[in-house]
Amino acid sequence: MIMSNEITNGNSVISLKGVNKWYGDFQALKDINLEIKAKEKIVICGPSGSGKSTLIRCLNRLEAHQEGQIHVTGIELHETMKDIDIVRQDIGMVFQGFNLFPHLTVLENCMAGPNWVRGIDEKEAKERAMSMLEQVKIPEQADKYPEQLSGGQQQRVAIARSLCMQPKVMLFDEPTSALDPEMVSEVLETMVELAKSGMTMICVTHEMGFAKQVADRIIFMDEGEIVEENTPEEFFNNPQNNRTKTFLDQILT
Amino acid sequence: MFVDTVVEDKALHKPAFLIGLSVTVLAIFFAFNFTNTIFGEFFSPVIGNPEESGFFGRFVVSFVLSVIFVLNLLAISFARLKIQILIVWFELFLLFLAFAYSFDLKLSFIQSRIGLMISKGLFTTIYISAVSIVIATAIAIVGAIAKLSNNGFAYAIASFYTSLFRGLPLLLQVYLIYKGLPQLGFMVDAIPSGIAALSLCYGAYMTEIFRAGIQSIPKGQWEASRALGFKSGLILRKIILPQSIPIIVPPTGNQFIAMLKDSSLVSVLGIWELMYLAKTLGQRDFRHMEMLLTAAMIYWGLTIILEMIQARIERKYEQKT
Repeated sequence: MIMSNEITNGNSVISLKGVNKWYGDFQALKDINLEIKAKEKIVICGPSGSGKSTLIRCLNRLEAHQEGQIHVTGIELHETMKDIDIVRQDIGMVFQGFNLFPHLTVLENCMAGPNWVRGIDEKEAKERAMSMLEQVKIPEQADKYPEQLSGGQQQRVAIARSLCMQPKVMLFDEPTSALDPEMVSEVLETMVELAKSGMTMICVTHEMGFAKQVADRIIFMDEGEIVEENTPEEFFNNPQNNRTKTFLDQILT
Repeated sequence: MFVDTVVEDKALHKPAFLIGLSVTVLAIFFAFNFTNTIFGEFFSPVIGNPEESGFFGRFVVSFVLSVIFVLNLLAISFARLKIQILIVWFELFLLFLAFAYSFDLKLSFIQSRIGLMISKGLFTTIYISAVSIVIATAIAIVGAIAKLSNNGFAYAIASFYTSLFRGLPLLLQVYLIYKGLPQLGFMVDAIPSGIAALSLCYGAYMTEIFRAGIQSIPKGQWEASRALGFKSGLILRKIILPQSIPIIVPPTGNQFIAMLKDSSLVSVLGIWELMYLAKTLGQRDFRHMEMLLTAAMIYWGLTIILEMIQARIERKYEQKT
């Protein structure tokens, strides 16, 4: 209860203030400031090496930032924090490479989180897993192992696995980049459905159709900086920065 | 090796290779000179008294033997792969038996003592190996996790341990533990100190195997688990270790097999295991070869059984994933 109060009070689920990050001498993130409210859908795009994946991975502290503050669901992420696992339970993450657990069935992949760390008994975890698998439209694959599924199916399972934790925020790190072209749409459809349900979503993606359709804001990054931040209409029709224009020219032709 | 879809000609079916092989084999047989063996006796109707047959006898014997040898190879080369393997195994085994037979063994001597070899020796060997394997596995899991941890103490202790126990000959470790500990005031019996030496030594090797197995799991598995809010211990137990088992099993099986045979080193402590009995039972009657060959066959048989178990476990994991 305390946590949800903090969210409503602070009005931001995620807030970054003056975040800097280096890999050795290379500065991956430069003075990032960002506020994301509940139910917002944010799309982050930019050329490769622009820091967008680094940024999203800092939000559940798979990566560490060196300067500035990151608050997620009202809790600050820092090096000596306690209970990072509790914070992460509320942040779902979908990876480019799916990262399903290959030794567990699809159903077990989805039950693992609720059953092992949420303390939900097996029967209820199974019901929840099945309902999530129905939501991503592959309940019939429940007893298969991940490698028996296509890439698109695996990614939908990965989304279901995250949703089973009933997260407050979902992070998507290039979820369709590793897929064969004909499988991209099934994953995007799932994400659109999820967006309609009111989930707070932050997506690193190059799928501009998806961005137009669901994003409240598009953030364009280049060389570790947020270059431009705008609504989809403004972003596509009236880009302000030259770097944005170049990027859009490249990606839309 | 991964087989190509195009089949090359068999070397044995190329005339040049066949002739070259025949000449080489003839030369080798000629050099070894089988005239004064059972083969020479066999050819005596043709070459007369083997001792006096000279160059002619020596040539005839080696020529006929090399023709038989090459024809045998040629015949086998026409069989199907599985049959080929079986025949070659069988023939090599016959050769081994012939080698053993050439020592003029007294079978009744073996018969009278094989009971003790099995009831006492085999049992003790299996007992020592089995207990050591279990302890070594436990050490290896702890050691591997310690070596991968960020804890300086854990890493230092584990790496010192593996360095020391991989760095000393096992026989030396056996002596150090058996003779050293009593001087420090700890009286240890022979069997416990033998088990301790084997466990510590193989635990060190297996630590490295387990560490490599754990490290071979892609880091995406750790990231996905962490993103779900799993703690490190849970990730290791439920995600990483189960996936590394199929990678760990084959080299661990090799370690088990090696340990079974290295358990013979504890015979220096006077433990009545296979090797010790093989040495002492034969000594009194100067019948060394009988007992040594018996022990050899028992070790070999045990190894074959272990290999079969290992293959079965590997198959099981292959099917599952």
